[in-house]
Amino acid sequence: MSAGVRHLYVHMPFCAHRCGYCDFVTLVGGDGELHGRYVDAVLAEFELERSLLAPRLETVFLGGGTPTFTAAGELARLLAALPPAKEVTVEANPETVTPELARLLSRDGVNRVSIGAQSFDESLLSVLERRAGPDDVRRAFHHLRDAGFDDLSLDLLYGIPGQGPAHLERDLEEALALGPEHLSCYELEAKPGTRFTHTYGDELARQSEAMEGYFERVVETLTGAGYRWYETANFCLRPELAGGRDLRARHNLAYWLGRDYVGLGIGAVSTVGGERWRNRPKLGRYLEATSRGERPPREVEPLGEDVRRRERLLLGLRLDEPVPLAGVEAALDPVALARLTQLGLTEQVGSGLTLTDRGRFLGGGVTAELLAF
Amino acid sequence: MDQSRIRNFSIIAHIDHGKSTLADRILELTDAVSQREMREQVLDTMELERERGITIKAQAVRVSWKGYELNLIDTPGHVDFTYEVSRSLQACEGALLVVDAAQGVEAQTLANAYLALENNLEIVPVVNKIDLPQADPDRAAADVAEILGDDPDRVLRISAKTGEGVADALDALVERLPAPLGDPDAPLRALIFDSSYDQYRGVVAFVRVIDGVLTRREAVHAMALATTFEAEEVGFMSPERRPIERLTAGEVGYVFTGLKDVSRLRVGDTITAARGGATEPLPGYKDVKPMVFAGLFPTESDDYPELRDALDRLKLNDAALFYEPETSQALGFGFRCGFLGLLHMEIVRERLEREFDLDLLVTAPNVAYRVLPRGGEAIEVHSPADFPSDLEEVEEPYIRASIIVPKEFVGTVMELNNERRGSFDHMEYLSEERVLLLYELPLAEIVLDYYDQLKSRTRGYASFDYDVVGFRAGELSRVDILVAGDAVDALSLIVHRDFAQARGRALVERLKEEIPRQFFDVPIQAAIGSRVIARETVKAKRKDVLAKCYGGDISRKRKLLERQKAGKKRMKQLGSVELPQEAFLAVLSIGDGSRR
Repeated sequence: MSAGVRHLYVHMPFCAHRCGYCDFVTLVGGDGELHGRYVDAVLAEFELERSLLAPRLETVFLGGGTPTFTAAGELARLLAALPPAKEVTVEANPETVTPELARLLSRDGVNRVSIGAQSFDESLLSVLERRAGPDDVRRAFHHLRDAGFDDLSLDLLYGIPGQGPAHLERDLEEALALGPEHLSCYELEAKPGTRFTHTYGDELARQSEAMEGYFERVVETLTGAGYRWYETANFCLRPELAGGRDLRARHNLAYWLGRDYVGLGIGAVSTVGGERWRNRPKLGRYLEATSRGERPPREVEPLGEDVRRRERLLLGLRLDEPVPLAGVEAALDPVALARLTQLGLTEQVGSGLTLTDRGRFLGGGVTAELLAF
Repeated sequence: MDQSRIRNFSIIAHIDHGKSTLADRILELTDAVSQREMREQVLDTMELERERGITIKAQAVRVSWKGYELNLIDTPGHVDFTYEVSRSLQACEGALLVVDAAQGVEAQTLANAYLALENNLEIVPVVNKIDLPQADPDRAAADVAEILGDDPDRVLRISAKTGEGVADALDALVERLPAPLGDPDAPLRALIFDSSYDQYRGVVAFVRVIDGVLTRREAVHAMALATTFEAEEVGFMSPERRPIERLTAGEVGYVFTGLKDVSRLRVGDTITAARGGATEPLPGYKDVKPMVFAGLFPTESDDYPELRDALDRLKLNDAALFYEPETSQALGFGFRCGFLGLLHMEIVRERLEREFDLDLLVTAPNVAYRVLPRGGEAIEVHSPADFPSDLEEVEEPYIRASIIVPKEFVGTVMELNNERRGSFDHMEYLSEERVLLLYELPLAEIVLDYYDQLKSRTRGYASFDYDVVGFRAGELSRVDILVAGDAVDALSLIVHRDFAQARGRALVERLKEEIPRQFFDVPIQAAIGSRVIARETVKAKRKDVLAKCYGGDISRKRKLLERQKAGKKRMKQLGSVELPQEAFLAVLSIGDGSRR
């Protein structure tokens, strides 16, 4: 089965600026020359891992960083060299999306763009240290539409320091007004060690109670507007409102369904068979190894069958469709399951297990409790 | 030894006033212990005693001084062991009363001095620590002389630390103390003033022979408990064990009894000959009863057998320790333990944790109650869980508290005692600055946080001592705590009617803080019978999600959830609610200020 991985992730680490809340593997700046060397390295790694991949890929995802910050020629070269797939997604920051870039993406086989909008409020965007203003978001969206994209996603953040309920409502309205096919809404996490947490950690802790209802509000508003809450933090326009199309992000769905994937680039993670590995995040050593035709330095984590079962359960329960019980039973704590079912947080549907709506709002704690080990 | 050349004495002092150091100096000065082998505080054998600076078990050491045989009988230094102190004093003709030159007279100094006077002991007052820069020996001497009705000039000035004046103190003992006056030819009567347990030899009794002779291999009889045994070995400590053929009237020493059960020999009992023995025991024997009770539960339920074994072992050395199995819905299997008092409880708990390496949950302490259920027979209740809701009458133990404070704190102390249902008895000026207050208080009111409150409200100046004076009727009710509708047995408490509302409210509020939010609303109620007196609600969580989870996050998120689940496994169940153990501990220890 290792010869048939159908999902490919490519990490493009370059950014114009590192936002305060970000804990991804990112590199600020770099010129076309460095971007070019990085693309070479990714393609070299791709060659090394090619044997793992199926001849025809289902999805390719370029994440970052800011993939669209990469020098245009280098980005085009990368896209052209990667194998085609049914879904090819690129993450974009609004300020990087010009009509030219939109056309470039479209020409080179990208059929889905995920726009890091985060908010439509000037002051909240500046708290987040985002470079784009609200107009940049709208403009980017239109450029992509003009280039023919019919599968666009917007990322929104809620729980930003200083964000009141009215702000949240307005952000959702503004996002919906653009009519995206897909929305990802995340609660802002104060991740330890980030500059942001240092500055806003206490404030976030203080307002956490006031913001407790935001998640419910997001779900209510978006489902009310015709979106399917298909994953904890992800929404897509219902098929009946989208000409029958299933607009779930297929690449991410592969993660949630516990499928294998290969990740290329610094910090990228791959899971294939009973193994998971993560490329080390240092650029220099990545470039060096791949230029010698060697695999970059990695951390390898063996995944036993019990771990994979547990992961299938914890990932699958993020979705709105039941997790088939066959094969994950051993990962389930039957006492906890009975208790949670009694509390109306989990339910069995046919031969599958799913979280109720309330269960989904409490999905982290509920899933933790369900795990048997 | 000719009785006229024997002097038996104790050293009595408030905690930290230097009793142990003085004992060490005496041993050194009389060459009982060479300086090289001198360990600090030779008489305190247990590790715990050395660390806490207190003496738990009395021992007796024989030394020679200018042709006299001096027996130093060490006494426990704390209120919980008043009975043991009194037995030790009964074995003596006199006492060195040690007062810290800087601290002056304290509550325990007084309590012990009065105890010594009650036992008709000759008191040799000593002001210690005269080498300290802040020492005021004249004032301390004047204070102590005043209490004893003695001449300040007869109060000795010493420094146990430097050794200054210690020889004079020994001379004073020889001069001022009477020799023992027992009848060497009468049938044997020996007072047991302490006992301990030796793994190989069984129970060891420390005795003072009053009349007659106690001979090795003699068949003897402990009169109160009617226990007969052979005196397998007799001897004295100097400070090592020195076996001899016999102990004669006036002498102090030890007896190996061969008994394997400490409960068969009690402090205060009289040993006599099994045949042709005395008919009258020595006066003063009392069956000491535990007054303070608490539930002890292993934090890991697997440790229950270890806890039981540890208690069995402790009991060998501590006849006053009482325990019986107890089952709590919330805490599982454990023991309801009875203690002489708060310090005794702390010592037992620390020894269990330290010497037996056990992790314990200790419930809030309560006292013994005498309850007359409606239409039933009077019972003694040791646990709130056993307290009947329908009762005719209930009695609780009362104490007589002596508190010494600088005069500016008198009002503060009175206020505290009023809050604690205390009734004022009287007060005395011990000096121009210091006042002795005597109060009667329910013991239940001091087992929680009285001592801490007293110390903090008087900025550490108050000293405190107490004596149980008996049982009295009180208007007491049982307050139950219900979590999500289920009564949590370990949290029930018995409270005076006037305080039930406030205490119930405080506990409910505390619980609200400690119970983490669950997947559902959790009502917390305090109730007397079916009447709810306080209520709070821990609101259900509305969200608990891991925001993002993509290919690069899976391992980390999985580990996070696994850790969360592992944490859950350690939780204690309160009805349908799960509580981290630490939170439970925080709640149980509400107002537990008994630590010193």
